[in-house]
Formats: sequence, structure tokens, C-alpha cells
Amino acid sequence: MDLQSILLSLKAIVPEMILTATGCLVLLYDLLIPEENRGVHAGISAVGVITALFSVLWFGSERIEAFSGMLAQDTFGSFFTVVVLVSLLLTLMLSRSYNDWEGIQKGEFYALLLFSSVGMLVMAKATDMMTIFLGLELLSIPIYVLVGFDRKRLSSVEGALKYFLLGAFATGFLLYGMALLYAATGATSLSGIAAFAGKENVFGNTLFLAGTALLFVGFGFKVSLVPFHMWTPDAYQGAPTPVTAFMSAGPKAAAFAAVIRVLVVAFPESHPFLLKGLWVVAALTMTVGNVSALVQDDVKRMLAYSSIAHAGYVLVGLVSGDRLGGQAAMYYLFVYSLMNIGAFAIVMLLSEGEERGYAIENFRGVGFRYPVLGALMTVFLVSLGGIPPTAGFVGKFYLFSAAVKKGLILLTVIGVLNSAASVYYYLRVVVYMYMLPERAEEVRPRPVGVGVALALFIATVGVIALGIFPKGLLSFAESSILSIFLS
Amino acid sequence: MERILFFIFGFVAVFGSIMVVSRRHPISSVMYLLLTLFSVAALFVLRKSHFIAAIQIIVYAGAVVVLIVFVIMLLNVAESKIPVERPTLAQGVGVVAAGLLMLEGALVGSRYGAQIEKAVDVGTVEAVGKALFTSYLLPFEITSLLLLAAIVGSIVLARKKF
Repeated sequence: MDLQSILLSLKAIVPEMILTATGCLVLLYDLLIPEENRGVHAGISAVGVITALFSVLWFGSERIEAFSGMLAQDTFGSFFTVVVLVSLLLTLMLSRSYNDWEGIQKGEFYALLLFSSVGMLVMAKATDMMTIFLGLELLSIPIYVLVGFDRKRLSSVEGALKYFLLGAFATGFLLYGMALLYAATGATSLSGIAAFAGKENVFGNTLFLAGTALLFVGFGFKVSLVPFHMWTPDAYQGAPTPVTAFMSAGPKAAAFAAVIRVLVVAFPESHPFLLKGLWVVAALTMTVGNVSALVQDDVKRMLAYSSIAHAGYVLVGLVSGDRLGGQAAMYYLFVYSLMNIGAFAIVMLLSEGEERGYAIENFRGVGFRYPVLGALMTVFLVSLGGIPPTAGFVGKFYLFSAAVKKGLILLTVIGVLNSAASVYYYLRVVVYMYMLPERAEEVRPRPVGVGVALALFIATVGVIALGIFPKGLLSFAESSILSIFLS
Repeated sequence: MERILFFIFGFVAVFGSIMVVSRRHPISSVMYLLLTLFSVAALFVLRKSHFIAAIQIIVYAGAVVVLIVFVIMLLNVAESKIPVERPTLAQGVGVVAAGLLMLEGALVGSRYGAQIEKAVDVGTVEAVGKALFTSYLLPFEITSLLLLAAIVGSIVLARKKF
């Protein structure tokens, strides 16, 4: 690899470079300004993120194999880059106000968010086990810190420690799986593994099978699939709410991007064996997530369990194992980021600080006292439950119809039943908002700043517009998934 | 010549590691550990893995051993306070298991030794440096960012004033 090709490769990582530079800038600028002005970092970071978004529009569609096959820029990578950057942007808008309320306004908060996003982008574009692993680590380590960022609050530290310990084990599994795959195939690149799997009988190769299984255990942990979901409720509940919103959107999308790429590029031949395993995991994930969410009285924890269930729905798309399923999964991941961040934003506004928790009791009578907040929350919950005309409905429709076309009737039935059950706990919040009398002690929502208002606006418009006009995003997802199926 | 050097350094390494576990004073244990690490580094040089040899000395001898010495000196353990242990059955089993493991290593080595012989010139500083800054440039750079994020994160979590 000579200088010329390195310079060409740089074009493939423009958004990563912009985010890294912004992160370093925030860290340095933090030293120069007095403590009370630190909210400005959210603005600086947002400018960086928007620049990165524009750079994706600029270079994003060109296909570049960069850094001697370590990473590739293609439409697939650009799709997930957009998902991650949009989630990051919304999170930054929420964090500015939240950090003031909770007294954790720090430059490092934003720098860590940006660095973590760089990891996500790397993961979404990675075409080599080495870059997948490094991207995952760069994604995870700042998130561990961000979960425990509110050090004075016990639940935050508890969540961070649990996430860190389990995450370290999961990393071990993932790396072990990669090492075994390398031992079996002699390649770390996805295409190298695919070439081996195409030539040899992998079903007799114990090293290969064990490596694959361990690899998917590691991934399963990151996207919190059952039975590797144990960390999710505590980490989500303990984390500062904007971080929780971000965790449920960005990292999940990035990890799914890596899973899809690995499935499509590295294991096209051994699909049936893998898909059977994923079938069981998908059914379990949807069921356990939804059943646990049914009994939660804390809205933040309820959304944590529901995010497990949603990972299960996305997995249904992957089990379909064709273009349609992949396309539906990608559409759903994008839409899910919008509606989930929106829901977390309202939850954040209606709480009385992290110490007092997010009990569903807080929502009593909110719908009439604060009509806008109530209406927006209803939109997000309806979309999460998968009811038309919202984007959540379109997403689930495509996911399940892809599964039906593949003949996965039983899995679809399980999914639809789960989706119906989930409507119960989503609408329960709506019932509290509109049909129960107000509490004696009045809930005062936090003052809605410009950033939060803008984030809510983007999320709402996205959820409704993508529900009514899904074509544009769907065709973007289609061309993205084609870009890796054909390569 | 190479063979003679191998036996000399191999012997010193084994001698050093036996002395590490058998000395009563921790400081002399550490000094023998240093001896072992240096002779292992010499073995790496014999295998033309210059890079690993240098790293072995810089990281293990330079950083880790110094850290161990610091801890021992901070704890300030008097020699008389260190209890003398009687050998137990578990320790006996451990010695046997270690012996079997060594035997297995020797067998594997004798079987695949010829293949390992071929691997030359990839371990020199030049080869490693070239690989790091061409084919593996991106992973190298991501690692640097990962370390930066980890440093920032640990400072955030550990500093006194918030």
C-alpha cells in the first residue's frame, strides 16, 4: 500500500475524521472557558455532526475500498452513518439542557459521545474482523463512561459497572470467536472468510463453527438479544437519559450494521445453520423483552425492556436472510432511532430529576395540562406500538411481510402477537396521560429549551412523514443493501 | 553458534524462573524475574523477532517490573513476616500438570517446528513498522483514538472534584 492509495483511502473516512477533530477541539476548548459556559460544547459538537452529515451527502455514494481492505465506503455504510449521525445530533440537543439540570455539564461528555460515534461509523463500514473489533471497542468504552457519568448518583455508577463487567466478557467472547475464525480460515477479512466457507465443508470444521458461534454471542450482547440482555435494564435506567436514548439508537444500529455485513459478506454459504440459531434468538428476544416490559411501573425501565423487544423485531428481518428482510431491518433501525429518542426526550422532560425516578404516576393527567407534550408522547408511543399511520407501523409491516415471503410463518405469528402485547404497555402510558385524574402533587415539566424543542420537532416530523411517505427511505435502504449483496 | 546461544539463554531463563518462585525475599524474586525477562528477550532476538524483543524489555522489564518493585517497597514487607508454606497435595498435582503441559509443548514444537522455521523476517522492527504504517494504518490509528477515549474516560470517572 503506497502513499497514493492511503491518500485515496482517506476519502472513505471523512465523517470519522470530522467527528474526531470536533471531539479533540471540544476537549481543548473546555480548558479555556469558565464552568458556566460549558453548554457551548453541545453547539460545537452539533456543528461538527452537521458538517459530517453533509460530507456523507457529498462523498457517500461513491464506492471506495480503503486501507487495503480494512474498511469500505459504500451506500450501506453511508446509510448507517446517517442513522448514527442523526441519533447523535438529537442526543446532543437533549444533552445540553439535561446536563444543566443534573449538574453534569462537562466538555468530556460531548467528546466521549463524539469518539463513541466514530467507533460506530468504523463498525458500520468495516470489512475486516480487525476493524470491526476496534470499532466495537471504540464504541463501547466511551459509552461505559457515559453511563456512569453522573458519578454522584448510585444507580448511574451501578449501571456503568454492570455494563462494563458484562461488556468486557462479551468483548472476550467476540475476540475469541474472531481468533478461532482466523485459525480456521487464515483470514481476517470478511471476503477471505467467505472464500474459505465457499471452498471447504465448514460444517465439519469445529474451529469454524465455534468461532462463528462465539462471534454472534459477542454481537448478541451488544444489541442486547436474549439471553445476553441482562445488562440492558440496569444500564439503561442508570444512565443519564440522553445517553440512554443514544444507546438505544446509535450503538444498536452500528452493531446491527456489522452483523448484517458479516452475515451477507462472510457467511453466504452457511446461512441455513446460522439462521436457525437466529430464529430461536429472535423469538426469545421479542417474547422476553415484551413480557418483562408489561410489568414495569417505571417508564424509563419499560422503554429499556421494549428496546430489547425491538432488537428482536429487527432480527426477524435478518432471519429472512434476503434483500427484502435486510432492507426492512435497516428502515426499522432508522425509524426506531427517531421514535425512541423522541419518547426518551418526553420522559426526560416530565421527570423530577433522576433521583426521583420516572414512575408512570408522573404521567397522570399530563395530556390535558400539557397538551403538546402529551400529544407528542402519544405519537411516539403509537409508533413504537406499530399502529398506522406512523413509521413504526410501516417498519413492522415490511419486516413481517419479508418474513412471510420467506415462509417463516411461525416466527411472524410470534412477532405479531408480541407486537399486540406491546400495545398494552405503550397505551397504558397514554391512558395515564388522558384518562386518569391528576395527582394531588402537580408535575412540573422541565423548561423546554430550543435544543429539546428542535429535537422533538425533528423526531415527530420524521416519525409521521416516514410513516406516510416511506418510499424515499425504503429505496435508500434498498440501494444500500444491494451495495453489499453485489460486492 | 545460534544453537549454543539458545541453550545458554534458555538455561538462564529457566534458572531465573525457578529462582523467582524459590527466593524468600520479594526483591530478590523480582531481580531474578528481570533476569528471566531479559533472557527471553534474547531468545526472541535469536528468532529474528527484534520488535518483540525490544517490546519485551521496554514494557515488561522497564514498566511492569518497576511497578512491582514500587508496590513491594510501598508495602514494606519484612522477610520474617512471610510465612513458610508446607507443600500440599494440590501443589504436587500442579507440578505434575505443569510437567505434562511442558511435554505437550515439546511434542507440538517437534511436530510443527519445521513450519515455524519458515517464519523469518516478519518480526524485525523494520517489517513491523512497515506493516503498521501501510496495511494496518487504519487499525493503528483507531487504536490511538481508543486510547485517548479511555484516558479521558478514566480521568472523568476518577477525578476528585466534579
